[in-house]
Amino acid sequence: MKNLGSVLTAYMIGWGVFFVYFVTVAQRTSALRKEVERLKASLTRGK
Amino acid sequence: MLKVLSAVAVVLLLGASAYGAFFIAPNEATMGIVQRIFYLHAPCGMTALAAFLLCFVGNLGFLFQRKAKWDWLAVSSAEVGLAFCTVVLLTGPIWAKPAWGVYWAWDARLTSTLVLWLLYVSYLILRTMVEDADRRALISAFYGMFIFLDVPLVYGSIWWWRTQHPQPVVFSSGGLNPVMRKIFDLSWLSLTALMILLIRQRYELEAARGEAQTLAQEVETA
Repeated sequence: MKNLGSVLTAYMIGWGVFFVYFVTVAQRTSALRKEVERLKASLTRGK
Repeated sequence: MLKVLSAVAVVLLLGASAYGAFFIAPNEATMGIVQRIFYLHAPCGMTALAAFLLCFVGNLGFLFQRKAKWDWLAVSSAEVGLAFCTVVLLTGPIWAKPAWGVYWAWDARLTSTLVLWLLYVSYLILRTMVEDADRRALISAFYGMFIFLDVPLVYGSIWWWRTQHPQPVVFSSGGLNPVMRKIFDLSWLSLTALMILLIRQRYELEAARGEAQTLAQEVETA
């Protein structure tokens, strides 16, 4: 079981990078969709 | 609904490949348990190169058609490829220390991979420096095609130069034990599925950004 810690660290880091990236992209997309809805509403009000 | 199902499928595939890597794969004779990093490290490297190839296709598509969707594909693939390349650069040293006795060696494969990572970071930085969307897409398309030249260099470095990095076992006959081969293929499949999921998610972000910019201009002129 020598070096098991290294294997676990590598997998945790790998999955961590992907998870953080996925969450960041989802948050940025959600914020932009809200912005799109706000702009659409302000255009409708303008008409 | 389809998005949720595809995300669940990717998570299940990743779980299955991790189970295979930890509990089914046999121990490698010389390196022992630490060789199991191979099932994450090597497929991540191959997936990163595939994402950069998609970025190249996006850049080429934009130069021919001048349509924003190609630029969105290029930037999405570059960012996702960079995430995979980051994992390669982080897991490599963790494997190298017990296997080679050092975290890093300035050999051709490692150095060209680090250069590749830096080049795609610079690609993303360059995009933040140009305000106009069409100009940004055009400049980054040219730059993206230029930096793609490092991809074949990374791929061929282990054949062209003497390196500390092991010779490829994936595409060579008799290189991998059949069980190891199956687990490697499953890992590669699951990480490719993850790449597609992330690129699609990132593409949606870029499309929403494009729509927001168009609407903002309409609001200003209204």
